[in-house]
Amino acid sequence: MNRPIRRIGLVLALLMVALIVNLTIIQVFMARDYRDRPGNQRNLLAEYDRERGPILVGNEPAARSVETGNTLRYQREYSNGPLFAPVTGFYSLVYGATGLERTENNILTGKSDLFFVDRIQQLFAGRRRTGGAVTTTINSAAQEAAFKGLGSKVGAVVAIEPATGRILASVQSPSFDPNRLTNHDPASIREYYNALRDDPTKPLLNRPIVALNPPGSTFKLVTTAAALASGQYTPDSILPGPRAYTLPNTTTKLHNWNDKACGTNGQVTLRDALALSCNTAFAWLGVQLGDDALRAQAEKMGFDTAFDIPLRAARSMYPENPDVPQTALTAIGQFDVRATAMQMAMVGAAIGNGGVTMKPYLVQEVRGQDLAILKTTQPEVFATAMTAADAATETEMMVNVVDNGTGSNARIPGVRVAGKTGTAQTGNDRPSVAWFVSFAPAKNPKVAVAVMIEDAGTAEISGNALAAPIAKSVMKAVLR
Amino acid sequence: MSIPAVRQPTRRGVELILLVFAWLIGVLGVLQVGWATGEGTTTRLWITIGVVGALALAMHITVRFTAPYADPIMLPVTTLLTILGLVMIYRIDVSAAQRAVRNDAPLPTPDVYAQLTWFAIAVVLFIAVLVIVRDHRRLQRYTYTFGLIGIILLVLPLAPVVGTTVNGATLWVRMFGLSFQPGELAKILLTIFFAGYLVVKRDSLALVRTKFLGLGFPRPKDLGPLLIAWLVSLAVLVFENDLGTSMLFFGLFVSMLYIATQRRSWLVLGGGLFVIGAVLAYMFFGHVRLRVEIWLDPWTYAQDSGYQIVQSLFGFANGGLLGAGLGQGFPNLVPFANTDFIVAALGEEIGLTGLIAMLLMYGILIERGLRTAISVRDSFGKLLAAGLSITLALQVFVIIGGVTKLIPLTGLTTPFLSYGGSSLIANFIIIGLLLRISDRARRPDVTAPAVDEALTQVVRRP
Repeated sequence: MNRPIRRIGLVLALLMVALIVNLTIIQVFMARDYRDRPGNQRNLLAEYDRERGPILVGNEPAARSVETGNTLRYQREYSNGPLFAPVTGFYSLVYGATGLERTENNILTGKSDLFFVDRIQQLFAGRRRTGGAVTTTINSAAQEAAFKGLGSKVGAVVAIEPATGRILASVQSPSFDPNRLTNHDPASIREYYNALRDDPTKPLLNRPIVALNPPGSTFKLVTTAAALASGQYTPDSILPGPRAYTLPNTTTKLHNWNDKACGTNGQVTLRDALALSCNTAFAWLGVQLGDDALRAQAEKMGFDTAFDIPLRAARSMYPENPDVPQTALTAIGQFDVRATAMQMAMVGAAIGNGGVTMKPYLVQEVRGQDLAILKTTQPEVFATAMTAADAATETEMMVNVVDNGTGSNARIPGVRVAGKTGTAQTGNDRPSVAWFVSFAPAKNPKVAVAVMIEDAGTAEISGNALAAPIAKSVMKAVLR
Repeated sequence: MSIPAVRQPTRRGVELILLVFAWLIGVLGVLQVGWATGEGTTTRLWITIGVVGALALAMHITVRFTAPYADPIMLPVTTLLTILGLVMIYRIDVSAAQRAVRNDAPLPTPDVYAQLTWFAIAVVLFIAVLVIVRDHRRLQRYTYTFGLIGIILLVLPLAPVVGTTVNGATLWVRMFGLSFQPGELAKILLTIFFAGYLVVKRDSLALVRTKFLGLGFPRPKDLGPLLIAWLVSLAVLVFENDLGTSMLFFGLFVSMLYIATQRRSWLVLGGGLFVIGAVLAYMFFGHVRLRVEIWLDPWTYAQDSGYQIVQSLFGFANGGLLGAGLGQGFPNLVPFANTDFIVAALGEEIGLTGLIAMLLMYGILIERGLRTAISVRDSFGKLLAAGLSITLALQVFVIIGGVTKLIPLTGLTTPFLSYGGSSLIANFIIIGLLLRISDRARRPDVTAPAVDEALTQVVRRP
């Protein structure tokens, strides 16, 4: 009877081998496929089972994980949700992640290779893996000042440190409360999300870096820079500034915002044209400089480039192939020029920084579990937009705007502030967009600000009336 | 000149060392779970660890005194598997308790202490088997008694009052507040019956009447026992919805028939009947058809009837090569994690590496059982040892193959690992019987060798 026993033993051994082969297929070759199948809760649970690292503003967490005491062990908590929402984004069970929660996910979960040493230490010390911390470049005083200044207006504020490109403030209004998207109740998350999605003011839009609007008269800063760069104009150059300017090759008349001629007898210096925000003079100037010069100047200041800060900022646009009348309109920030608040802050920052455009960034440092710094973002030059001399000249012209021109509301006692107002028409019957771009102090500025208000009135003065005071309070918050 | 008597080594020391090793693995497992889940270790747990050690020691001492020549590997392997099961059941308890705390629900009763009690009872019965059954050949006398009791136990769940249906399968008996799966015990009694019966009938069953395709086929009148076994298996399937037991029972009988008669034609006939039975079951029973459909494409049924197997696969996948680590997976996501799907829970936490080690332990156990069958001299012992080993092997294959989607899923417990008293007790009785036969197989001849023969002793291969 031994032979059949041996044979059966062989068959049973083959069955064992079949089990092992099958297990190998499942656990090694198919494992990735199974892990990513819908209905597999393990990724989610594993993600929520670990303490996700905080997003810090200064030393205070804007977002952190707290223990919940239910199946999903940790929940994201935003200490001042609406204030920091354009920076942190949200981390939702239902809608995934946005903002830094999304772009810095590998750091916050501790999956990044930066944590290699940390992970080995955790392995030996027997500690659970926790995520790293992300320190933002945000200045919470500036952020709060901008948030308070915007109030119930629809708009955005971006503040940049001109010398480095650090984003000191990125604020939107209306905002949303990420806490209500990151709780663990899918029904209430969906309800809140749908309400936000259907809101005509689009609170979920990351306005400071994504909303594109015509920059209006603030684009005259770019035109001025191009004019100085051409070598043919100084602040004292005399430009024609009539009440109305007939666009070349057309019969369309462009009027000044106050429907008056600029300067005496329709003759105005470049300095005064900027201070008065003289449309006819700048439209004429744009035509003289030509499309190529304007485009080159705009692109060196960040137009036509999408920046990853690391959030993807919308590409601000200089119009493609404008004809001569369109170039005239472009020179005053109308026609198809579109800019984000961040872009206009970069324009201000470049002028303030001696003509050097810095790449904007939002993440200052990455810290490990023990808060040791693992990575610091180094400032990077994007382009040299102007010579230092031209930048200094334009700065003086901008100081003149605040001291003697349309930007009077941005004055700060004891500080020389450089600024430019703007009001852009976005179409018939639609409210215009009010802008203010400024930096302070004029020499070695600590902060450049762009304020954009989308539901402004229709008068040119709204830039000064609505936007300049907000810029002023943000600058004061940084300079304090 | 006096020649010292050469003693056949008993290898009991090896057994003791391996048992201590198995126990230490269990201690490390408990510590790991306590650390990874943040639960630490309670006094109650330390007492459990101590009790497990004492039970293992009790088994060892019993073997040392009642079956000194028995195989030294089987008991440690069995004990280690049981301990791994206890650790995993404890780990799943922790998971369930933590979930209850989070949900503010009442704490569930931990299963590990119940399993410990069952383990103790199993050890008592293991000891009883070794003490009472001093010679396995005595069991042959009760062939038909065991057969009858076996059949009664098999159909007992169908009896009114005591029979209970759990999760669709009628394989439970509830008496005096205790539930028991009599099928587990029936498995052993029927193996004894088959062995006793086949030893007597093997000559006539081996007679060849007709030759076909080079195989000698038995006389039609000798087909009776096979047909009866087949019908009983079908009955179990039809009336108790228990595919696993049905397949196990039939597979066991056919294998033993083949061993007894050495006729491959029985395998062909048995295989044919199995195919017919499978086709009939597929055609006429919705639950069998559903099992097969889920097996072919579990993803379509991922939300309902295929939920278990899909979750099981997710668990295995999450484990990967090295596993998430004890206490660091999500075993509670798989339903019946501590019974039918304990291998999925283990697969998630100890990974492919751990599972292969575990399968090799089963492999060693079965190989040792079959080796016992080969080396024991009496035919009844051969058939019984082979039958008991095959029972274990088939059960391991059917359940692990089922939870890994190699074959359609059938509800069977994983021997020694799964939570459940009936299974644990039955399997320890099997090990007791195998050790008893093994002791007989390895014991030096009762007739002591002559003094001059002792010099050129015959050493049997271990």
